[in-house]
Amino acid sequence: MKGSPFRKTAFWVFHYTVIGLYVVVALFPLYWLLKVSVTPNNLLYSEGVRMWPSRMTFDHYLSVIHHTDFPLFFRNSVIVAAGTAVFTTLFAAGTGYAFSRFVFRGKFWLIGLMLVTQMFPLVMIIAPIFRMFAPLGLTNSLTGLIIIYTAFNVPFAAFLMQSFFDAVPRELEEAAMIDGATRFGALRQIVLPLTMPGIAATLGFIFTAAWSELLFALMLNSKQDTTTFPVGLLTFVSKFSVDFGQMMAAGVLALIPVCIFFFIIQRHLVQGLTAGAVKG
Amino acid sequence: MAAIDITDVHKSFGKVPVLKGVDIAIASGEFVVLVGPSGCGKSTLLRLIAGLEEMSAGEIRIGGRVVNDLPPKDRDIAMVFQSYALYPHMTVAGNMSYSLKLKRTPREVIADAVTSAGAKLGLGLLQERKPRELSGGQRQRVAMGRAIVRKPKAFLFDEPLSNLDARLREQMRFEIKKLHRELGATSVYVTHDQIEAMTMADRIVALNGGIIQQVGTPLELYDDPANIFVAGFIGSPAMNFLEGNVLPGPGGTGISVGGQTLCRLSMPLAGSAQSKVTVGIRPERVMLAGDTSGLQAQVVLVEPTGLGTVLHLELAGQFLKLFTTERPALKIGDTAGVKVDSADLRFFDAATGQRIRVAG
Amino acid sequence: MTVAIDQSMAIRHRRAWSSRVLAVSEPWLYASPAVILLSAILLVPLAIGISYAFRDIQLLDPMSGGYVGLSHFSEIWNDANFWNALRNTLQWTVVSVILQFVFGLILALMLNRPFPGRAVVQALVFLPWAVPAFLSGLNWAWLFNPVVGPIPHWMVALGLASTPENILSDPSHALWGPIIAIVWWGIPFFAITLLAALQSIPKDIYEAAEIDGAGPLQRFASITVPFLAPTIAITLLLRAVWISNSADLIVVMTKGGPADSTQIVASYIFTQAFQRLDFGYASAIAVVLLVILLVYSALLIFVRQKLIKAG
Repeated sequence: MKGSPFRKTAFWVFHYTVIGLYVVVALFPLYWLLKVSVTPNNLLYSEGVRMWPSRMTFDHYLSVIHHTDFPLFFRNSVIVAAGTAVFTTLFAAGTGYAFSRFVFRGKFWLIGLMLVTQMFPLVMIIAPIFRMFAPLGLTNSLTGLIIIYTAFNVPFAAFLMQSFFDAVPRELEEAAMIDGATRFGALRQIVLPLTMPGIAATLGFIFTAAWSELLFALMLNSKQDTTTFPVGLLTFVSKFSVDFGQMMAAGVLALIPVCIFFFIIQRHLVQGLTAGAVKG
Repeated sequence: MAAIDITDVHKSFGKVPVLKGVDIAIASGEFVVLVGPSGCGKSTLLRLIAGLEEMSAGEIRIGGRVVNDLPPKDRDIAMVFQSYALYPHMTVAGNMSYSLKLKRTPREVIADAVTSAGAKLGLGLLQERKPRELSGGQRQRVAMGRAIVRKPKAFLFDEPLSNLDARLREQMRFEIKKLHRELGATSVYVTHDQIEAMTMADRIVALNGGIIQQVGTPLELYDDPANIFVAGFIGSPAMNFLEGNVLPGPGGTGISVGGQTLCRLSMPLAGSAQSKVTVGIRPERVMLAGDTSGLQAQVVLVEPTGLGTVLHLELAGQFLKLFTTERPALKIGDTAGVKVDSADLRFFDAATGQRIRVAG
Repeated sequence: MTVAIDQSMAIRHRRAWSSRVLAVSEPWLYASPAVILLSAILLVPLAIGISYAFRDIQLLDPMSGGYVGLSHFSEIWNDANFWNALRNTLQWTVVSVILQFVFGLILALMLNRPFPGRAVVQALVFLPWAVPAFLSGLNWAWLFNPVVGPIPHWMVALGLASTPENILSDPSHALWGPIIAIVWWGIPFFAITLLAALQSIPKDIYEAAEIDGAGPLQRFASITVPFLAPTIAITLLLRAVWISNSADLIVVMTKGGPADSTQIVASYIFTQAFQRLDFGYASAIAVVLLVILLVYSALLIFVRQKLIKAG
């Protein structure tokens, strides 16, 4: 940026103003969620648009934890999201490795297939999945959700893992094979340790995606003991739509794990999403 | 140590042929350099020996055993890569001991081997460093160390010095050669740098377009090139090539360049039916006549190298380089008289580039 | 002697054959778990789903299951709700994609320039992307709610409304609720993708252009835009498909209401399957949506090829 000092200053003022607006818009809804969750019920209506309540309370959190099934939902969601993350990453690592290191017959079609699965409307298979899963005992089951979420997420995760494998020079594996390792040995001892950050990022991505899924969980699981957090929150909203304090406290709780993962994987976002950027 | 026999090896990538029938017999303990321009197939040949690529046809034997179907790990060879390919998450000692660990060598034996290889290469104090904490030259040494600790049947080098600066390259050339003398190991060394080939090789294999052009000792290739490719590739400054006319006459065969007679041969050229011939002469064999006798050439450029001077001359529209250890007082635009000895001339078929020898 | 040689030859050939089989099958070995899973959980249901479109499948009616030919499709043709949902899908997709793209591009350009605190700012502005979509929907629904949310009150203060009303209960503006939620949620995705593309443009090209006398705007037009164009094209294509398919925000915020004013095709499919349990009809609509998306993608690829040839 050249030009007069005035123009330079004006440019930076403009730059910081716009950036500031983005930060405010990005954070305000989350801030409001937090604010209502700590506002006592009797102040909720009288202090409607105040930026911070005159008195704070954690009663909503306590009643969510002690008097609702949200702790159970939370546990279910953790199991489903963690299970999905682990299996997806495992499967995707295999496929990503094959894409990265081999030229093989059918590779083109396999990649095409994976891209197509990212394009078609997933609502399309809700009904068939329900009919297939019901006789297998996979409805009202956390295992059923893990299976279906893994299938949804494997293609994106595979492209992601491919990009992380691509970043490991092929020569390292060749050196290991000359040093006496089998290909699998080279993968285990040389390549995998070097892709650890990528694997962590993939786990984080997939955990977040599985944590957020609503429609299949809503369709497949109707019993309380297999309800995930999103479904629980939605049911709670439709049933007790007046208890805003508790709903938002539950919302804040739902945010905690994904925020933790987000800040861990944040550094890898730009690299990861360029790599396979197909789906958010 | 083991001999490596390469018989009629072909390799294609898809429909693109890269090696078109290569035969080389490498004796046990020999240091052979594969040299050629990029894309000539030299690295592919090395990777075939290593087992990193599968050949399309042919046979490779290491120590008498056919290794065509053996995976790299069972060939008992070591390789030094251009990028060194050091394991970034392992220490220097870890890099050097990896292959021995895979072979379940006892811990004390590994420690001894790593220490002695480290001492040989001057890596003693760096054993616990990670590769990223090393300089380029140190990484190069670790890559060498990783190769020598295992005492393999053969060493393969894939342009190992091309990432180093000129001075370090000179030093490593010397050290690799010294190591080879100490270990006496069969070595195959790939480079595009003809100086490395000349200085290090017991024998050079010159490759171009997937075909061996010539095999021989460095000086054989330098003095007696089989074709225009080898003549032009080996030597720096490169050999001069002049378009000459063959003038058969009663007193012998005359060769003229741009109307001036270059030389007169007492014997005819083998198969001298053609009237045109490419004449090659090394720059250091072109001499200044000291007066205006001989061939008349214009000075185009004067390059002092310290050791001597390279004169770029124009001779009847063709360019000619002259190297002399003198410091002639010639300026751009001057006319210089030059002369050549007909024994220093190499003749090549103007169409095929093959060497034409003087009959007799 | 001869026998021995023959044997060793045979062994060699066998080994060559088995090593070749291994070489061919090895990549499939690594990819097979994913391939099997994708086939079983995505492709088979997809095929079944397409077959459902031609059958009468009512979950609660054990007598259903017969083939009905194209009757679902003729029903769709006469289904005013479907056509309404299709119109809404178009509006929802186009407006959301354009807004996400424009705001995402501005953000990416801002973040591409180093400034103190950039890392922190980047983490904060990308945060909405980590918020689960359903929660972003709920959160915005609350913000639009005059009881707990500030937005209706601000609208009154700005003179845009006379009384604090919930935009989500106003049939003529309700679709803007989910649009705002998905734009808020999707800006980071565009920004991340475009930022990565921006950072892959070699810096020396800008320097060369500056030395050649190009001003900031000229540099943007002649370097940034052409370099970003491929990323922009592919991202817009994929995002449009993805947004038109995503029903969860609508289901969470409005359930398609009021008066079907926010029903998009994807949420309509879900409603038909989940609430009416009419899997046959739901699948038929899904097939129509799939065909529309395929035609759209084919058209885009075709246009892109034309442009590449022309360019």
